Amino acid sequence: MSEAGVREFPRNLGRVFGSGAVFAREDRRGMDFRLSLFQYAVFAVFLFLIAGFWQLQIVQADAYAARANDNHIKSLPILAPRGKILDRERRVIVDNRSSFSVILSREGVQEGALRSIAEGLGVDAAELLARLNRFSKRARYEPIIVKEQLNSGEVAFVEAHRRMPNYPDMELIREQRRLYPSTGIAAHLIGYVGEVSERELDTLEFARYSEGDVIGKSGVERTHNETLMGVDGKRQVVVDSAGNHRYRIGEKPAVNGKDLMLTIDLDLQVVAELAMDGKRGAVVALDPRNGEVLALVSRPTYDANRLSGRIRAEDWREIVNNPFNPLLNRGIQAQLAPGSTFKPIIAIAGLEEGLIDENFRVSCSGGASFYGRYFKCHKKGGHGSVNLHTAMAQSCDVYFYTVGNMLGIDKIAKYAAMAGFGAKTGIDLPHEASGTVPSTRWKMENFRQKWYAGETISVAIGQGALTVSPIQLAYAMGGLANGGVWEEPHVVKTDTGKLEPHKASWDPDHIKSVVSGLYAVVNEGGTGIRARIPGIPVCGKTGTAQVASNDLVAATKDPDLYKDNAWFFGFAPCDHPEIVVAALFESGEHGNLAAPIVRDVIKAYFDKKNRGEISRRQPARIQTASRNPAPVPAPAGPASPAEEVDGRPDEARP
Amino acid sequence: MIARNYSFRDLDWLLLFSVVSICLIGIVQIYSATASTSLDNSWAKQCLYLAVGLVLMAILSTVDYHVMVEQVPLFYLLVTGGLVAVLLFAPRINGAKSWIPIYGGFNLQVSEFSKVVILLVVARYLSEVRTEHLSLSDLLRLGAVIGVPWLLIMAEPDLGTALTIIPMVAVGVFLGGLRWQHLVVILLIVALVLPAGWFFLKDYQKARLMTFVDPAADPLGSGYQVIQSLIAVGSGGVWGKGIAQGSQTQFRFLPETHTDFIMSTFAEEHGFVGVVIVLSLYFMLLMQIIQNAQMAPDRAGMFLCMGVAALILFHLLVNVGMVIGRMPVTGIPLPLMSYGGSSLLTMFLLLGLVQSVRLRRMVI
Repeated sequence: MSEAGVREFPRNLGRVFGSGAVFAREDRRGMDFRLSLFQYAVFAVFLFLIAGFWQLQIVQADAYAARANDNHIKSLPILAPRGKILDRERRVIVDNRSSFSVILSREGVQEGALRSIAEGLGVDAAELLARLNRFSKRARYEPIIVKEQLNSGEVAFVEAHRRMPNYPDMELIREQRRLYPSTGIAAHLIGYVGEVSERELDTLEFARYSEGDVIGKSGVERTHNETLMGVDGKRQVVVDSAGNHRYRIGEKPAVNGKDLMLTIDLDLQVVAELAMDGKRGAVVALDPRNGEVLALVSRPTYDANRLSGRIRAEDWREIVNNPFNPLLNRGIQAQLAPGSTFKPIIAIAGLEEGLIDENFRVSCSGGASFYGRYFKCHKKGGHGSVNLHTAMAQSCDVYFYTVGNMLGIDKIAKYAAMAGFGAKTGIDLPHEASGTVPSTRWKMENFRQKWYAGETISVAIGQGALTVSPIQLAYAMGGLANGGVWEEPHVVKTDTGKLEPHKASWDPDHIKSVVSGLYAVVNEGGTGIRARIPGIPVCGKTGTAQVASNDLVAATKDPDLYKDNAWFFGFAPCDHPEIVVAALFESGEHGNLAAPIVRDVIKAYFDKKNRGEISRRQPARIQTASRNPAPVPAPAGPASPAEEVDGRPDEARP
Repeated sequence: MIARNYSFRDLDWLLLFSVVSICLIGIVQIYSATASTSLDNSWAKQCLYLAVGLVLMAILSTVDYHVMVEQVPLFYLLVTGGLVAVLLFAPRINGAKSWIPIYGGFNLQVSEFSKVVILLVVARYLSEVRTEHLSLSDLLRLGAVIGVPWLLIMAEPDLGTALTIIPMVAVGVFLGGLRWQHLVVILLIVALVLPAGWFFLKDYQKARLMTFVDPAADPLGSGYQVIQSLIAVGSGGVWGKGIAQGSQTQFRFLPETHTDFIMSTFAEEHGFVGVVIVLSLYFMLLMQIIQNAQMAPDRAGMFLCMGVAALILFHLLVNVGMVIGRMPVTGIPLPLMSYGGSSLLTMFLLLGLVQSVRLRRMVI
């Protein structure tokens, strides 16, 4: 509008209205058309809007009603704690530790608030943002865990800021984390927990669990996961967009996991752990009368706390890169030649087959020839003329070469299998190894070759293709000493009586002959004298097993790698054994060096049994030890005799 | 000049009925949306604004609209000066300078009242042009006069108000007789300028437009309002959840429940039936205004009515369209229902002009 136009207007006004009628009439034809066009436009806009509401409120009403529901009903998990793991006297081995995690709703997250939250929780802001973005595909109202194991300052921060305007909805959840003995005591036996993996979800064993569940990954945590694991509950609350809980709609309480009582005696376990300190190998202690495992040690061990939950990469690398594989439960998974500890099987087989009696004599001149090959005895000058009793006590190889040769491999295999070798004992732990008992059939099936009689000679002294695990050795010898009755080993109290015991109808006199030889090993100047305990009739047998042929050892640059493994098993009392202990000391060189380990455990068992009331103090001390990360001082009572034997000159020969 | 041969019986009572009904429904909804919040006195304030508005409308309807048109240069200078003052002195709130604080905690939004003035300017200019079609120089001069306050509003920036002025002017030009050749040229220029305008938009404005294209792209940020609004509207269903029963509204998932998104909360609590009733009231209002335009004694009166109709229709389309996700989020309130004094008073001023035209329909 020009200046002129504005100024003109008042003057024109009269003319406008003077001619208004004519003007209006003329104008209306074009105008009416345009006005009705506008009316159509109004009509179209209303149709457009009504159609939109129709679509949302009539056609899609149900879908949006559901979303509105999701919007204001929040489901908060109540995590069920796992059951505790207790020893046979209800002392706690594995406990739970309550910790807080903070979950964050991604609704209404503002960058400024995020930065302040990151600062309050001590996490990197960029990392937090990246974590939120990683979950961007999930529904927005689904909260995500931002940080676990908050310290008290961080808990206070969350409490103070969760209701603040402009802050996203934050929530503290109480979580029960596993607290394992940090010294690695019984680590292999107990196992550890972790979030179920995608691959595990596809297996039959774990198919019933769902993403995010924490399950047992190994040990009894795994075999008894169902008992230990509770059922998570949830609480439904109505919330507003600021995260304020308006009121609670419903609550499904969590069902706590049940406690699991083991057959393990923490006192014996600790003694065995200490005896194995700094060594590589395993100790298994059983009660042969019922198959209860009293102690199960495997070394090297690991801190299960570091494997539970989110594993740090460096921890995992450290464990995986350890050449001695700390994750291997040597007690049930090591498969090694048993050496001379196998000799009692040859003896009972010879007796039962009627090939020998206890007066059967063999002359040892330091070796003997079989099938054109000379087999040495470990004693250079030879043992002279030996019967079963002395052959066992002195571990005369020539005697057992001779008896083994008389038996033949398939008879040996038959008796070995009767004692439980070559098959899993059925212990309630995952991944048990079965070992190998060679036979003509075994060789044909695995190598398509026939058995050479010469190979039998090595098997007769526990070498060659024969391999056993420590649990098998304890189980076999415990059952032999128990009169040919093998009770299935188990570590969980309630697992008892699952199977009928396995029995062999061996002549009690034959068994007595073998056992008297084993008594001589320890108490009559035999190879196992280091296992002797004054006042307690301990039977046992040493074993020194080659891990490689003499030629290979000579050829290698690092002979330490192929040092002989030391074995010892012992049981007591000899006639009605209450405890049988097998020890494997890898690279221990001489079986008599494994004997003190067994002696310590057996002594601890009887000390405890005899002291009765007096030893009540003991449990408390041991329990502290199991939780204390600092090196555990040797309990004075059971484990002390170590020095007294180590100080002696080596009077025994393997 | 003009005989006072009118009485209050000649007022557009149907228009008044629809306006007051919409306002009352709006007040109930404001009450429901702000109950138990720090804004819970908003409904009372809105009642006050309604009362003041009705009085303003009554006063304005008695004033001959020709007198208003006559005083256009004065209003024009006042509003342009006010807009400059806003740019110079107003505090920056949320990145925009548009409110002048006045006594007692009330704020005045000058750009709102500039709508009334621009409407009067358009009416006056077009009533002077007697030709069947507007010439190019007519268009350019009109553009220049309106361009000054419009650019000032854009500079605040108050994009919403600037946007609502466009359809008002467009309808005036359309009724005044726009040559299709000019229309094509204007459309071409707009098509060229719009993409360039993208670079002048603030980040949040760009985000809003992007959200309109795909609300799910940024559900945490600018898509949040739209998604929550859709949930609110959709979950309302046929009959709605009842007054103060909408979970989206009551639990504050929905933003701006008593201002820009009031239709969303209304739809949640009163359902499709309620929506149809309210939209019918708006339809009735628009039809009454158009009827008044048809019966207006002269071009100035007709342009005044149609400008108001265009403004209300545009507000409806953009605001309600936004609530149902068919239009981008622009911050344009729903006339008569949304909480806000300036916008309500402006509305009543405009309706006062319509009534003024109505009262003089028999004048020949």
